[in-house]
Amino acid sequence: MIKFSEQQLKIPRLMKPVYLVTAGQSKFGRAIPEKRTEELCVDALTMAADMINMSPAELKKYIHSCYYGHFADHFGDQLLGEAVIHDRLGLDPLGNIGIKTGGATGGSTLWEAVKAVASGYSDCVLAMGWERMDEVPTDEGNFLISCAADKDWESPLGHIYTGYYAVMAQKYWQVFGKSEDSFRKTLAEISVKHHGYARMNPFAQSPMKITVDDVLNSPVVAFPLRVLDCCLMSVGAACAIICDEDTAMKLTKDSPHKPLRIWVGAGSHTLRPADRRDMDIPLLPNETADQYKDLGKRFPGGDRYPGFTGFLGARIAAYYGYGMAGVKDPNEDLDVLELHDAFTISDVQTYEDIGVRPYGEGRDYVESGDCYHTNPNTGKPGRLPSNISGGLIGCMHAVGATGIMQTFEVAMHIWNRWAEIHGDDKRWKEFSREKPEDWTDLQVKGAKRGMAISHAGVGSHVTSTILMDPDHLLKKDA
Amino acid sequence: MSLFGQVHVKNKKYKIKGDFHHLTPNMPIRNADDGWKLMGVTNPRDMTYIHMYGGEAPFFEALGEGKLLATRCDNPDCEFKGTVYQPFRIHCADCLGRNTVIDMTENAKTTATVHTFMVCERSGAFNVLDKPIKFINIEFEGVDTILMSYLSIGEPEIGMKVVPIFRTKNPTYTILDLSWVPAGTKAEDLPEGFSL
Ligand SMILES: [Zn+2]
Repeated sequence: MIKFSEQQLKIPRLMKPVYLVTAGQSKFGRAIPEKRTEELCVDALTMAADMINMSPAELKKYIHSCYYGHFADHFGDQLLGEAVIHDRLGLDPLGNIGIKTGGATGGSTLWEAVKAVASGYSDCVLAMGWERMDEVPTDEGNFLISCAADKDWESPLGHIYTGYYAVMAQKYWQVFGKSEDSFRKTLAEISVKHHGYARMNPFAQSPMKITVDDVLNSPVVAFPLRVLDCCLMSVGAACAIICDEDTAMKLTKDSPHKPLRIWVGAGSHTLRPADRRDMDIPLLPNETADQYKDLGKRFPGGDRYPGFTGFLGARIAAYYGYGMAGVKDPNEDLDVLELHDAFTISDVQTYEDIGVRPYGEGRDYVESGDCYHTNPNTGKPGRLPSNISGGLIGCMHAVGATGIMQTFEVAMHIWNRWAEIHGDDKRWKEFSREKPEDWTDLQVKGAKRGMAISHAGVGSHVTSTILMDPDHLLKKDA
Repeated sequence: MSLFGQVHVKNKKYKIKGDFHHLTPNMPIRNADDGWKLMGVTNPRDMTYIHMYGGEAPFFEALGEGKLLATRCDNPDCEFKGTVYQPFRIHCADCLGRNTVIDMTENAKTTATVHTFMVCERSGAFNVLDKPIKFINIEFEGVDTILMSYLSIGEPEIGMKVVPIFRTKNPTYTILDLSWVPAGTKAEDLPEGFSL
């Protein structure tokens, strides 16, 4: 569609407040040959119970229905893999369902879980996501990922998903980056930042101390994207426990943290970017139609929306999410973000889709230093830090788990538990990873509200998960 | 030597011939760091699928005949009547009416322009295109969408004029039968099997 009706633009409404009570995750790695997927899921659920000082058996007693995010049956070579995990977690005879929306699977799993609680069907649910991408070599893995593109029209063209993003990178670079080397360097900064933050994260798969030049000299995958511009292929699991208010209070009675309010919005756009027709830019609360009148003049070639430079799905997910939670301006209202940095370019595109910067000006979020934990220009805290986990580039992209890992990361900041979880020497040891000498506490101080963006395909599905400290809501009836 | 799996349809039924799967033995996976203890097994699988094009079949047949087909919504009640779709879309995205098939070969020869592109040094398994692959996304006058394809000759640039070429000799009946070259390219310079 290129025009949206009033009914379609209705702000979604949850029937009751919904809470994220706890979450957990496994170690993430390119390969984890010593464990079956169910072992990783047990690790995640055990951690979630531990976070609120409960045993898994006690926590399980509260769970009433289960939502499983697992994208790629063909990777794991097990159809109905959700049932295997459900059985091994010992959660029969509860109702359960599998959710798959490509890269957004984790976010979509939370979307389903939140709706199940909001509707009153369940008071407490499990949202668990995982992916196992080590059961085939990388070439075959790239082939399997490319199967998520249109199999008649796109996949045969190289069987490489990075290529489908690279055309966007090229267009964005030429139109909004005005072909400047400085823009290419800004993209590289994102990779440096995310691999760098991953160094402080024991769960992360790709910690690296690198420079912009390292990124620019890394092998080309699909020009202009290079190896270090791209997300990881991963193995791992993450889960969240979502509850109504009464259950949330009960479960956190002896917990070091309080439950957080949670909202999830979801949007979509055509699977094939080729099908995307020109339309008016749907506006977020911090934008006006006037500001885009001369977009094509300021950025020649930039007047086609969303063309190959924007993600309508992300914009719509933000529109619904902000509407539900009362966010007027993400820069003012949110304290921390986890974005779906599948590629450095899509990270920049997303800044604009979610209104962190206006369309055309995404690079400024990096160049201003706002996106950092500590602004490199001023030495002061970044205005709206993003991807402290290391994101998909530095931490992991175990597809079904990704959106849940991001949400957990945002929650750890709001709970003020980031250092406790990431700095724990025992955990580093258990994961056979070396804690760096210069390990740094990246807790975003005083964080009360945050958001995680989960994104699929070349923008085919996107979710916005918004978390808030219940004592710092933006609107009463949210 | 086994026979590749083959299919034709008669009386609305699949008639199949040849092998649709190949047996390869599985192998143990052992731990070289710990006394070669068993950790897992390989699971070989090689299978041929039967895939039908349905209403898109004319598009793929036409490529081998040197024609580029598109579709257009002609539904007088459609809010967006006249929308032209390339990729070929069987039903209108707005009204879901059955689109009219149109031949846009001439339009493509005169108005095709590179909207964006990329050069792909790597590929996934089963790729059959020569590397580097030059992906191009192509816009046409009067067409509402932007087609993804690949450039066979020259270096792509945004705004570059291109013309379609078709694998008319031994077509594969896939999207790979359609490619593009810079406008003005001579017939004798085309890749084997392709014609203007
Ligand atoms: Zn129509």
